[in-house]
Amino acid sequence: MIAFWVLSLLMIASAVFVVTARQPVHSVVGLLVNFIALAAMYLTLQAEFLAVMQIVVYSGAILILFVFVIALLSSGTKPFAVGPDRAPRILIPAVVTAVLTLAGITVTALHTPVTVIRTTATNGTTGDANAFGSVANFGAALFTTYLLPFEITAFILMVAVIGVVLIAGDEGPAGFSRRKPKRNIQREPILK
Amino acid sequence: MSVAPENYVALSAVLFFIGVVGVIARRNPLIMLMSIELLFNASNLALVTYARAWVDNVGHIFAFLVITVAAAEAAIALAIVVVTFRSRHFVDVDEVSALKG
Repeated sequence: MIAFWVLSLLMIASAVFVVTARQPVHSVVGLLVNFIALAAMYLTLQAEFLAVMQIVVYSGAILILFVFVIALLSSGTKPFAVGPDRAPRILIPAVVTAVLTLAGITVTALHTPVTVIRTTATNGTTGDANAFGSVANFGAALFTTYLLPFEITAFILMVAVIGVVLIAGDEGPAGFSRRKPKRNIQREPILK
Repeated sequence: MSVAPENYVALSAVLFFIGVVGVIARRNPLIMLMSIELLFNASNLALVTYARAWVDNVGHIFAFLVITVAAAEAAIALAIVVVTFRSRHFVDVDEVSALKG
């Protein structure tokens, strides 16, 4: 009960910080707090496996990717961080659009009442092998009933890997007109 | 589930709201991408909430697939940002207007 309110306040505050932060690095830190709070929120919803995946995939992989890209882009002459952000001019239509989105979600949610199913089997303590949301429960569903979506996800990941190598690789795909990579960058020898 | 699921759904909607504001208002491509991650997380929270309320695994499975696709999306989008930034040093997505009619 208390955990929910503390975590929700933390999540909202960190999300606002992500959106309003001046520098992308600060946004990444806010996003990290948000992700960890969300993982804790998953624990309150008995989604143990998803909580772990949230930490591993989001905080571990995606955020590191963001940090690396920021570091790479900031290493040039012009710091990437200080960009003109036209926030004041576009802020009002943004808020209007977002309020409309929020209203749509709220109306839809209010028209679909959530009937909570309370069964004793789901109130198993954390660590129970077959409890709802545990790894065994999740894995059994993922590898039997939902095997096809799982395989399709693997295919999507492979496409992403190939696409990233093609897009950001040294040469780039054919027809992707781009000037040749600079070769005159002064590289410091790693070992002197 | 001592807290009513409506509270979770409301929190999810608020997070989605903040993310939408970030995507529309910010022009820094990296912060826009992070706002998109906020959107993914908000929808995931709603999925997990309904999964818990209805004691059904489908929400968990779907949230897992969303996490996976979000990882692929982040990788590709960041690659595009790197490539675009390499060719011209932009800090504002509106500067990338090669396809503007």
